[in-house]
Amino acid sequence: MRKHWLQITILAALAACLAAGGAPGTGSAAPVPPAATVKGTVKFQGTVPKATHIDMSADPKCAQMHPGGATMQDIEADAKGDLENVIVYVSQGLGDAKFEPPKEAAVIDQKGCMYQPHVVTVRANQELKVVNSDNTTHNIHPLPYNNRESNQSQPPGVPFSMTFAREEIAIPVKCNIHPWMHSYIAVFKNPYFAVTGKDGSFEIANLPPGTYTITAWQEKLGSQSQKIAVGAGESKTLDFSFKQ
Amino acid sequence: MMKGRAVGLVVIMCCSMFSLAQESKIGKLTGHAKAGKGLYRRYCVTCHGPHGDGEGENAPHLDPKPRDFTRATFKCRSTPSGSLPTDSDLYDTISRGVYNSAMPPWRPLTRQDRADLVAFIKTFSTRFQEEQPGTPLPIPPQPPTSPESVQRGAELFQDLNCWSCHGKEGRGNGPTARTLTDSKGYPILPFDLTSGMHFKCGESSDRLFRDLITGLDGTPMPSFSDAMKPDQIWDVVHFIESLQASKKENRLIRVLKGE
Repeated sequence: MRKHWLQITILAALAACLAAGGAPGTGSAAPVPPAATVKGTVKFQGTVPKATHIDMSADPKCAQMHPGGATMQDIEADAKGDLENVIVYVSQGLGDAKFEPPKEAAVIDQKGCMYQPHVVTVRANQELKVVNSDNTTHNIHPLPYNNRESNQSQPPGVPFSMTFAREEIAIPVKCNIHPWMHSYIAVFKNPYFAVTGKDGSFEIANLPPGTYTITAWQEKLGSQSQKIAVGAGESKTLDFSFKQ
Repeated sequence: MMKGRAVGLVVIMCCSMFSLAQESKIGKLTGHAKAGKGLYRRYCVTCHGPHGDGEGENAPHLDPKPRDFTRATFKCRSTPSGSLPTDSDLYDTISRGVYNSAMPPWRPLTRQDRADLVAFIKTFSTRFQEEQPGTPLPIPPQPPTSPESVQRGAELFQDLNCWSCHGKEGRGNGPTARTLTDSKGYPILPFDLTSGMHFKCGESSDRLFRDLITGLDGTPMPSFSDAMKPDQIWDVVHFIESLQASKKENRLIRVLKGE
């Protein structure tokens, strides 16, 4: 009889736990501290390498889209050394916090036989829509280390989607049909990352106050990390500088 | 008391999941990794290496390189690109061998031995514990071949840029042929479709169809499952088989002449 009561008590306690868990926000309304921001610029020191000419003769349809000839550059920096397409992200300091991936899809386009954008950021398990705006067939071939490798042919106008389950910065992507085409897909488990624009600037907003390691990654120049502590509502500046 | 039971249950569940990952199922056969380990050390280790990473002592001398099992990426599958192969897929590859490579057919081993090896190979990657194999892609019945079907296949071969690697005439000498690498960065050549040589994943028309819809993961050969309708894929199969015809005929003539 006593055992019976014990079971009922445990069941009741379980039910109470479930009810509390099922209605978030009603019980404890702890005030959320104002978020912090980290922003800054990434610079390149030294002479910017010249853009290299791409020989697109392998596929005349690609060559036709670039009557003046096409070029590519692995280090994209302007005269002031502002470095574009650098991924800046929080690599440490968030603990075991879990984040739901956004519902809307990230997009990578194949346009003029080049990838747009050159560096794509997605969250783990977020949909990545692959679009082919060209009138030629591509194959999209991500070469991950920590995720699934896949390789799909894509004729004009048939979009499809892919997802990556684990964090990986960054997955090289190839088109084997057009060997000059390459891009990078960076997969994050948290929403705190940015890609530098033409002016080399980045901004990571909505950060909970804390001490973080911020890492900057560039496909050819590697990565650099710095530690920073931000308080509630604070905005701090953090600059990176790469050399070749 | 209850806590103790719960812990016990979790331990049992973990153990059973672990042991499932140590097994393989091929039809009515059940393979065991424990038994496969000894066989692997005897027959496979010199190429695939003690850690299953394809870095065995023979590896530097081989081209193509032995498979790296730690990546769980396999060329010959019945499942979609990016997914794990089924146990039967791995069993088939061990039995058939891989043409144009150093991997021989292992039919001299018993069926049970081969099933045990499949179970052991799966222990090299945690993916086999974390994920289920993909669902095998269906292969519809083959329509009869015809000059029209071959012609349509030839057009698709051009439109889908197959020629970029395999060459306009399928000789494996397309404009990008020399730039290709496998996923580990080793140079790899596209197949010369006119050579009349055995295809890597099997010779039948069904297998050729399967290569086209699954892609050969780990190589530049993509999956065309979203790119073509089944009828169109059969057209391409018929076109590829038409390229092989003359060589096969020649081979037959040589056999008949007793050469």
